[in-house]
Amino acid sequence: MIDIEASLKSTFPDKVYAKSEFRDNQRIDVPVSDLIMVLTYLKNQLKFDMLAELCGIDYLQYPSARDRYGVNYVLSSTETNQRIIIRTKTNDPDPVVPSVVPLWEGANWLEREVFDMFGIRFEGHPDLRRILLPPEFVSYPLRKDYPLRGKGERHNFHQLTRAES
Amino acid sequence: MAVALPDFIVTKLDWVANQARAHSLWPMPFATACCGIELMATASSRYDIARFGSEAMRFSPRQCDLMIVAGRVVMKMVPVMQRIWLQMTEPKWCISMGACASSGGVFDTYAVVQGIDRFIPVDVYVPGCPPRPEQLIRAVLDLQEKIKLTGTIDAREFAKRQDFEGPAPLAKQLLPDETMVVPGNFSTATRQRFI
Repeated sequence: MIDIEASLKSTFPDKVYAKSEFRDNQRIDVPVSDLIMVLTYLKNQLKFDMLAELCGIDYLQYPSARDRYGVNYVLSSTETNQRIIIRTKTNDPDPVVPSVVPLWEGANWLEREVFDMFGIRFEGHPDLRRILLPPEFVSYPLRKDYPLRGKGERHNFHQLTRAES
Repeated sequence: MAVALPDFIVTKLDWVANQARAHSLWPMPFATACCGIELMATASSRYDIARFGSEAMRFSPRQCDLMIVAGRVVMKMVPVMQRIWLQMTEPKWCISMGACASSGGVFDTYAVVQGIDRFIPVDVYVPGCPPRPEQLIRAVLDLQEKIKLTGTIDAREFAKRQDFEGPAPLAKQLLPDETMVVPGNFSTATRQRFI
């Protein structure tokens, strides 16, 4: 077992990252500016060679939350069988997080989905388009301020009558 | 015992065409969800929709005259559904099978269409979640009756129905500041440029 917290501390002595733990999950909060540096270190030195999950979170009206959006990276190591969750936060009006596609190719579609649902832009992504919703869609449906029934997107289609069909 | 048959009979061409059409409806199974399973059960031997002449399921819309929409239809699927409906040859009818196809069912979210009759004409609705095969057979029988009562040989009864027959769009239920309509340039392959 590698002590991830200690090795991060010894590698980046002038940085302090908040760490929390829930049962077996170790979570480290990393600001966006240090994200690529920390993830590169975790991948290359600590052998976290698999990006298991990448997800977005909207913390609107969440108690004790100071930032609007979160992006979580669940890293897994096939060599040491360890798992670590890296959390980063970003804010309106232009939520931007650096892309991790150069590190893990599998992040490509995951980041596209987060962009599709939350509108979080991933800088450096090779192909940042909507992945699930149609390209004409203009809003981001998993944001908490998006109404459950949508904003009229369902009503934009032509209505076929009997005579013309 | 010989039966004396007449040498000729006099009838209306409309009546002949209606008999032929009503008793050989070829369904297009537009099955998108669990209602499709019941649709398959209806076609199989226990319920046997072949007793009513509707067993010839064709997966090409060009060969069908009855579209059975079985299951929920999402927003992205609507252009596909409309295109399939337009590709079917005249005269054609539509059965909306199940709660989701008829009204959106429990899926009242931004992505699911609240009833296909908002976008294509529907002849018979089948309630149920999913409906039993007997209900679908009942719908086919009702449709047969409708065809026999209103059908014409050149399908001219459809030409008169120029107004949209479905319900009003849901956009009216939204507050004005909540309404934001997708630009909709229909540029992708599944969308129709001009209808």
